[in-house]
Amino acid sequence: MNKFLRGLSATTMLLVAASVSAATLQVRHAWIRVLPEGLPAAGYARLENQGDKPIALVGALSAAYRAVMLHRSVTTGGMSRMTMVRRLTVPAHGTASLSPGGYHMMLMHPLRPIKPGDHVKLTLLFADGSRETVEFLARPANASGDR
Amino acid sequence: MTPLAYSRRRASRNVLWPVLLALLSACSAHKPTAWRLTDVRGHLPDLRFHLLNGQGSTVTQRNFLGKVVVLYFGYTHCPDACPLTMTHLHLVMQKLGPLAREVRILFVSIDPARDTPTVVGRYAAAFDSRAVGLTGTMSEIETLAKRYRMAFNRGQDLGNGAYEVNHSSAIYVFDRRGRARLLASPADSNADIVHDLRILIGPEQPS
Repeated sequence: MNKFLRGLSATTMLLVAASVSAATLQVRHAWIRVLPEGLPAAGYARLENQGDKPIALVGALSAAYRAVMLHRSVTTGGMSRMTMVRRLTVPAHGTASLSPGGYHMMLMHPLRPIKPGDHVKLTLLFADGSRETVEFLARPANASGDR
Repeated sequence: MTPLAYSRRRASRNVLWPVLLALLSACSAHKPTAWRLTDVRGHLPDLRFHLLNGQGSTVTQRNFLGKVVVLYFGYTHCPDACPLTMTHLHLVMQKLGPLAREVRILFVSIDPARDTPTVVGRYAAAFDSRAVGLTGTMSEIETLAKRYRMAFNRGQDLGNGAYEVNHSSAIYVFDRRGRARLLASPADSNADIVHDLRILIGPEQPS
C-alpha cells in the first residue's frame, strides 16, 4: 500500500511537472529524416513558446531509439562539424527550431525498422523537469521543407 | 608639354582605338561564361580516383567520362549536414529534369572504417537515383581528398564507439572530360547550381 502510494505520488509529481513547460509549448512540424541501414537519423521540429518564461529543451527519449542526443551542425570556414548541445532555449513568446543544418535530435540505433510514413513518439525533456511526448513523422532521406 | 609631344600622344591614342575595338569585338565573339559558382578551371587537377561503388566493384574517373560530375565528401553516420547537402543536390537534379541524365553525383565517404560499399551505396541512392556512393581504403580516400585540398578529421566522440567526422563542405564540379571546372558550397542556391550545370551539360543531347 505504502509502495503504491509512493508510486502514485511520484506519478502525480510527474504529471504536475509535465504541466510546467509543456503547457505553454506548441511543437509543430515534427519530423524525422530516415536514412537507410539503420543509420543515425535526425529529428526536427518547430518549438513555439506561448508562455511568459523561456523554456529550455535539454534532450529527448524514445522507445524507438537506443540513444537520442541534442546536437547542432555548424559550418564555419567551409568546414562542417557537429557539436553536442546541453540545451536549446525557446524565448518567452518566441520560437526556436530544430531544423536541417542547425539544431537537431540525433537519433541513434533504431530498435525497430522505421520507414517513411511511420509516426515515432519522442518525449522532449525540459530543464524544469517537465516533459512532453510528441509524434514525429518519419520522412524519406531526401525530404525537404516542413511537409 | 611641348606641342610635338602632345600631338605624338594624340597620334598614339588614335592608333590605339582600332586595336581596342578589335579587342572588344573579339571579346564579344568569345563572351566569357557568366558562371554563378566559382570558376576553378586550371586551378584544380582533373578528376582521378580509384574507389569501390555500392556493389563493391572498383570504379575510377573513367567510369564517369561523358557525364558532368558533382563530387561531395561526407559520411553516412552524418544525419544532418550531409543529408541537407545531398537533398539540395537532389533538388538540383529534379530542376534539371531530363538533363539530369547527363550528371552524376559522387558521394565519397571519408569514414571508410564504418562505410562499407553497401552502406555508402544505399545512403547515396536514398537521396537520388543518379547519386553514386563510393568508399575505399583510407589511403585511396586521402589521396583523393588531398588532390582537391579537402580537409577532414575525426570529430567528437559520442561514446560506445560512435564518433563524428568534421569535413570540408565543398562541392566540386567536373565537366564531361573530367576537368575540374567549378566549386560550389551547400549555401549556393539550387538555381545557381542548375544554371552552371546546364552550361556544362551543353546543348541538349539527342536521346
